[in-house]
Amino acid sequence: MDMKVAKKLGLKERYTLMTRDLAWDTTYQPMDKVFPQVTFEGIKIHDWDKWEDPFRLTMDAYWKYQAEKERKLYAILDAFNQNNGHLSVTDARYMNVLKLFLGSTPPLELMAARGFSMVGRQMVGAGPRVACQMQAVDEYRHFQTQIHSISNYNKFYNGMDEFAHQQSRMWYLSDGKSFFDDAITAGPFEFMVAIGFAFEYVLTNILFVPFISGAAYNGDMAAMTVGFSAQSDEARHMTLGLECIKFMLEQDPDNLPIVQRWIDKWTWRGTRKLASVGMMMDYMLPKRIMSFKEAWEIYFEQNGAALFTDLARYGITVPKCFSQTIEEKEHVTHQSWIGFYMKPDATPFHTWIPGKEELDWLSEKYPNTFDKYYRPVYEFLDQQEKTGNRFNNKTQPMNCQVCVSTIKFNEPGDPMSTCFRETRYKGEKFHFCSDHCKDIFEHEPEKYVQTYISSHQGLQGNCAPEGVDVNAPDFNPGDHIADYWKLDKRATGDFNGSEDQKNFAAWRDQATKN
Amino acid sequence: MQIDLRTVSITPLRQTFGHLARRMGADKPASRYMEATMDLQPVENFHYRPTWEPQYDIFDATRTKIVMKDWYALKDPRQYYYGTWTLARGRMQETAEGDFDLVDELGLAAAYPDAGKDHALSVFLPLRHVAWASNLNNGYVSAYGYGIAITQAACYASMDQLGVAQYVTRLGMAFNDLDALASAKNAWLNGQEWQALRHWVEDLMVEKDWFALMVAQDFVLDGLLYPLIYDRFNDKLNDTYGPVFSMLTRFQREWFGETAKWMDSILKVAAAESPENKAVLAGWINTFRERAVNALIPIAEIAFGDTAGSELDDAVQQLHARAAKAGIAL
Amino acid sequence: MASNAFIAFQKNEETRCIVEAIVEDNPEAIVNEQPAMVKVDVPGRLVIKRATVEEKMGRDFDLQELQLHLITISGHLDETDDEFTLSWNS
Repeated sequence: MDMKVAKKLGLKERYTLMTRDLAWDTTYQPMDKVFPQVTFEGIKIHDWDKWEDPFRLTMDAYWKYQAEKERKLYAILDAFNQNNGHLSVTDARYMNVLKLFLGSTPPLELMAARGFSMVGRQMVGAGPRVACQMQAVDEYRHFQTQIHSISNYNKFYNGMDEFAHQQSRMWYLSDGKSFFDDAITAGPFEFMVAIGFAFEYVLTNILFVPFISGAAYNGDMAAMTVGFSAQSDEARHMTLGLECIKFMLEQDPDNLPIVQRWIDKWTWRGTRKLASVGMMMDYMLPKRIMSFKEAWEIYFEQNGAALFTDLARYGITVPKCFSQTIEEKEHVTHQSWIGFYMKPDATPFHTWIPGKEELDWLSEKYPNTFDKYYRPVYEFLDQQEKTGNRFNNKTQPMNCQVCVSTIKFNEPGDPMSTCFRETRYKGEKFHFCSDHCKDIFEHEPEKYVQTYISSHQGLQGNCAPEGVDVNAPDFNPGDHIADYWKLDKRATGDFNGSEDQKNFAAWRDQATKN
Repeated sequence: MQIDLRTVSITPLRQTFGHLARRMGADKPASRYMEATMDLQPVENFHYRPTWEPQYDIFDATRTKIVMKDWYALKDPRQYYYGTWTLARGRMQETAEGDFDLVDELGLAAAYPDAGKDHALSVFLPLRHVAWASNLNNGYVSAYGYGIAITQAACYASMDQLGVAQYVTRLGMAFNDLDALASAKNAWLNGQEWQALRHWVEDLMVEKDWFALMVAQDFVLDGLLYPLIYDRFNDKLNDTYGPVFSMLTRFQREWFGETAKWMDSILKVAAAESPENKAVLAGWINTFRERAVNALIPIAEIAFGDTAGSELDDAVQQLHARAAKAGIAL
Repeated sequence: MASNAFIAFQKNEETRCIVEAIVEDNPEAIVNEQPAMVKVDVPGRLVIKRATVEEKMGRDFDLQELQLHLITISGHLDETDDEFTLSWNS
């Protein structure tokens, strides 16, 4: 017996033995019954063995490295909590970043966990199946560590305690929910393009890298540690998404138009979703690290261009929305923050008018647009606030039927007017925030007529807390919506004068005096 | 400015998240397991129906015959969330690594008697494919189950089974015999004695009721297979030849001992929920046990020869005892 | 002009060695320091060689240990026992 055979195996051969060599084509049950979902989207796969494994982690190595990461992470979290680390952040406005993050991100990581479990069950090839399963279990890690890192903040600040209730009910969380609901209800290949590629590869850097650097810059060791630790898994996830695109394109030329349409759709949907991330970078971090515009240029325009130039050999072109997003990067964060500021009774986080230095920073970072369009708005709102006339928009917003965003973004080429599109389907009228969302609807109207629009549902009496009679003659949906959301009044409205602001100041004071 | 924040004693505004306080009936600190698990899966206001199964919601409690008022009653007694799970597995893999290294350093595999080696590998190696099936089947539970309590535990079990499949592969490699892995795969695909088992796990791959699948795969099949092979057959090898395989299958033994506690607790809670659940579970266990025993007879014969029948009977008795402890009379 | 392949790490003692190794093996590397993280860009192709990292660290190094420190990457990945490569074809 040659005692060296197994030892000589390289990483690739060894990994093959540890994954795809375990698999076999079933014969007692037909393969298309065991894996029923891989054909209905029209993607043609001729040879699953052509899949190239991007990372080659066997479970023993996975456990070894992940355990080491978890040990470090929870040690830092415990130390941060024991030392009242929350008082070391730059200023109490920072907590609102965490509120927005907790409401929007862990619930989506959870959907990613479930979605990758589904795809990890459905993919025929052993290579992609294992990679998807590993991503699924990583996503459990992500939503759990995020909740654990913010858990201690929740004990001291308002607006975080009902995130689990609000994830499926709160109006402004509906865009993220619709994004993941859309991906998970699509077939396995579209899910991979939506989440594996568009979200993880093209867009996730913008969420995590500047956010986490921002957390570090603002003294939040807990969020920084969790964020960076999650990102170390993200690199694996990104390669999975990219590999999946290449695999589909190499398998059959007929896959190209389908993949291209998905790339167009999901890059746009992801871009819309990121407006609130940009707002966090430009407005909510007390100390800023880079503007959303700069992050967009590095992580989307440059990195995206590298990617799409590379994929051009398969016939892939840059997403249709690419040029519009470049125009919008100068606008969306300002429009979003103004939008939230104008609804002080409807979010569990505070808003504020940026201070003078912050306005100057925005002017410097957005030389083409800020002074021209947005600074005057803030100056007007500030003046109104000071004269006791704080703006408060109580009307129900109009939402886009596809991305569910409040229709508030500008007409391409015309920052002074709101972009608004509509279409008719089966006699009913549907509204959109953009041409891209309208296109998405028109390609799959039967799917998008189902969209859950919280403002409509509220008006129809579907958003009342338990025990309220929606058929009573005096029922007024607006009276109950805050209860339906379990919205803590202390968490709403202006940061100035808030309980968070007072508590933080008092606790910090305690730390510096006897 | 350096502030010594440790000295500040401040009273928290609340001890935990709202959904956990309501669940515990009081505002008190919740465990990290609770925070990582309870009430997190969306239950309403879904935007779209799955294009692949429009008869269901994205997460849908009617995907199984089992009915629970509260799906989060199906807690994991090990309290595994990702962090505790991966730390536990990290420790186990460290031990396994030490075992495999020691076998290699001391040349224990090469010194093992040929007859014993051939016998052992003929039984152990095809089981990497059974673990692979279990990986897929637990993956189904984690994908389509209801509530994070059960789906996360199934997700971990699915990855554990991938780990088992890989440890069995390494067992083959420890004997530096890639041919043995190839002939074990051939036996799995074509060998007469493995076909009933392959037939059964392939049938499980098309089972649509996720709870039934979990009972069939994790409680019944693994509940017979692990004691039979990783305890009894391993004991037999130890007695006859020496304890090398004990070292190379330690992970599986330890894993089963631990995971059985989880399964038993799930069955106990589901059975206690209603007489209907109890009857469904008893029916499943009876049906699945019959298939599993038939599938395992030829394997037991390879492993034990003449005493196969009594060894398998013992394993069945052990399974019945676990069911009885969970309150399910068969 | 070739697109940049890049990699970013959390800043710590280990990644200081890894970044040194990258700079040595990739003459066109551009190192960009940010709060708590370090990003390295290389036009076209970025390679991390196990041997160079080992020399910088003074100990054995398994390239899969990169998992512990990674923040993000850009480019097609190829991973062997000796080299970890990110590249763009164009």
